Amino acid sequence: MPGLTPFAAPAFVLEEDDVDTDIIFPARFLLHTERKGLGRFAFHDRPVLLEAYAAAGKPPILLAGANFGCGSSREHAVWSLEGMGLTAIFAPSFGEIFRGNCANNGVVAGTMPLAPLSALQALTNAGHDLHVDLAAQVVTCAGQRFAFTVPDSDREMLLAGWNNTTRILALHGQDIAAFEQAQRTHAPWLWTKEFQT
Amino acid sequence: MITHSAPRTLYDRLWDAHTVVRGEAGKDLIYIDRHLLHEVSTPQSFELLRDNGLAVRRPVSQLAVPDHAVPTSERGGTIKGELARKQVALLEANCQEFGIEYLALEGDRQGIVHVISPEQGFTMPGISLVCGDSHTATHGAFGALAFGIGASECGTVMATQTLWQARNRNLRVHYDGQLQPHVTTKDMILALIGTVGGGGGTGHAIEFTGDAVRSASMEARMTLCNMGIEAGSRVALVAPDETTFAWLQGRPRVPQGAMWDQAVAYWRTLRSDEDAAFDRTVEIDAAIIAPQVTFGTSPDQVMPVDGVVPQGPARALDYMGLEAGRPIAGLDIDYAFIGSCTNSRIEDLRAAARIIRGRYVADGVKAIVVPGSTQTKRQAEAEGLDRVFEQAGFAWHHAGCSLCVAMNGDFVPAGKRSISTSNRNFEGRQGAGARTHLASPAMVAAAAIAGHIVDVRKEFA
Repeated sequence: MPGLTPFAAPAFVLEEDDVDTDIIFPARFLLHTERKGLGRFAFHDRPVLLEAYAAAGKPPILLAGANFGCGSSREHAVWSLEGMGLTAIFAPSFGEIFRGNCANNGVVAGTMPLAPLSALQALTNAGHDLHVDLAAQVVTCAGQRFAFTVPDSDREMLLAGWNNTTRILALHGQDIAAFEQAQRTHAPWLWTKEFQT
Repeated sequence: MITHSAPRTLYDRLWDAHTVVRGEAGKDLIYIDRHLLHEVSTPQSFELLRDNGLAVRRPVSQLAVPDHAVPTSERGGTIKGELARKQVALLEANCQEFGIEYLALEGDRQGIVHVISPEQGFTMPGISLVCGDSHTATHGAFGALAFGIGASECGTVMATQTLWQARNRNLRVHYDGQLQPHVTTKDMILALIGTVGGGGGTGHAIEFTGDAVRSASMEARMTLCNMGIEAGSRVALVAPDETTFAWLQGRPRVPQGAMWDQAVAYWRTLRSDEDAAFDRTVEIDAAIIAPQVTFGTSPDQVMPVDGVVPQGPARALDYMGLEAGRPIAGLDIDYAFIGSCTNSRIEDLRAAARIIRGRYVADGVKAIVVPGSTQTKRQAEAEGLDRVFEQAGFAWHHAGCSLCVAMNGDFVPAGKRSISTSNRNFEGRQGAGARTHLASPAMVAAAAIAGHIVDVRKEFA
């Protein structure tokens, strides 16, 4: 995945708290086993919201309410938001699993306190574009700066575009093997016959 | 593994025991002892392995079972829905390709992933366990470091047996006193969620303590930990004790003989030190908790059954077809569901059966019981509970997630009102436009008989 660079774009405002991943990606579509092309299911049961998003020109930034992405761990929620064109979401708080899923898919989930977020929403509604700088953790809009936070390790990964899995194997393969060796001694009941390869 | 002498919480102990690398950017590399897989959250995880040419590091530490997409009204033969059939077949094929044990839909060990894992002794105190499912904290009832993850993370775990994770803060939830009759750990957790809010526990690992927790059975503790995520907490723990050990001993995958004794000796150390510092403590008097019912579209929109519907978000009340100020008791229901990873274990079925024995489901109510596992189903049938349910007019189903996730043929039609033992009252959770009220098994059984929401303490004293 390529690393994220600063970008400027319009935003869409979704002023509602506790938008859960069932609202983002209704469960009945979880039968689909692919990850591409899921954008058509995003907010499927919220036609009014989808019309407003389309009318706004499908902007890539979402300004959301508190506890956005709470509930189910389904990564389909992130894949579908990506599929509908989103690359960054700012909210006062996020569901924790959802926030981790965003990082693993190159989507910025930035935490921004309610007061600056409300000001940013007002500027967005007045037609201003946003400039997002992840490294500096700052959104600039109409000459004003709005700070946000992304956890250090997520930010590092997003900026570098790392593959988390192969990176762990490359950097920590020996640490993992050493841990397993020690655990065999300290906790042999976790390494009984049926748990040995 | 990191050793410490300072006072620590149970969560700290589990975390330290699984730390492979202390990270510099706010996360530690955590070793994952066990991984549970189901059909919905893993197709893309296996793709991640293939895309990167990776193998599964320890296939024997993984266990797979189909539960979310499987029909529960009938079993045997082919799954009728094409997408569901393909999804279940894909899990089986992926497991075969990567050497992971797959518990077949037709087999006697199948069921909801969070019900079968403890049954099989795959869940044990002191382990780290993950699953691509937010209700994985269920296993915290055994004193395991268990949390839900996304599909990408499932792939990372399979390939590396580790995950970079941020250490949570410690939240102690203390329930003093004992519950009233017909009040359960479901009511305890709903009351907590109502108190702290749906995001109130975000960033925190919960440890449940107090008399009402100590005296709870393993089934009841699993219900308690299961819904930690509904307060925002991925991790919810109960320190293991004699109740835990007695429940586990002799199960298929737990150690035996001298190895069992050695394990138990370690498990006894898995508790918070008396002087351990919690970042936050919430105290709740268990004795005054009334049976809880949700009224809105988030689990924190919850109230005692003897109260009146409060002023909630207009959107939620409108969706639910409710007006603030009316009593929640007396509200007519169309569906009653007993099941899900929250409340589908043998004790839940017994509690519901006690209420309905000799009675009949009210006219117009569709009532269904979905045991959490095939083993639970067999156990219930051996006790004659299936006949109690069927004679009362309940449908008796095969094991699966069923009406908790409504992606398997079981669903509540738009506009219909359901009272449910599951964990989420989200918009559309039980079907597009369906209205869900969460409650305990006894409360759901009582409502099914009455045809409307009732206070089980009064109507079935």
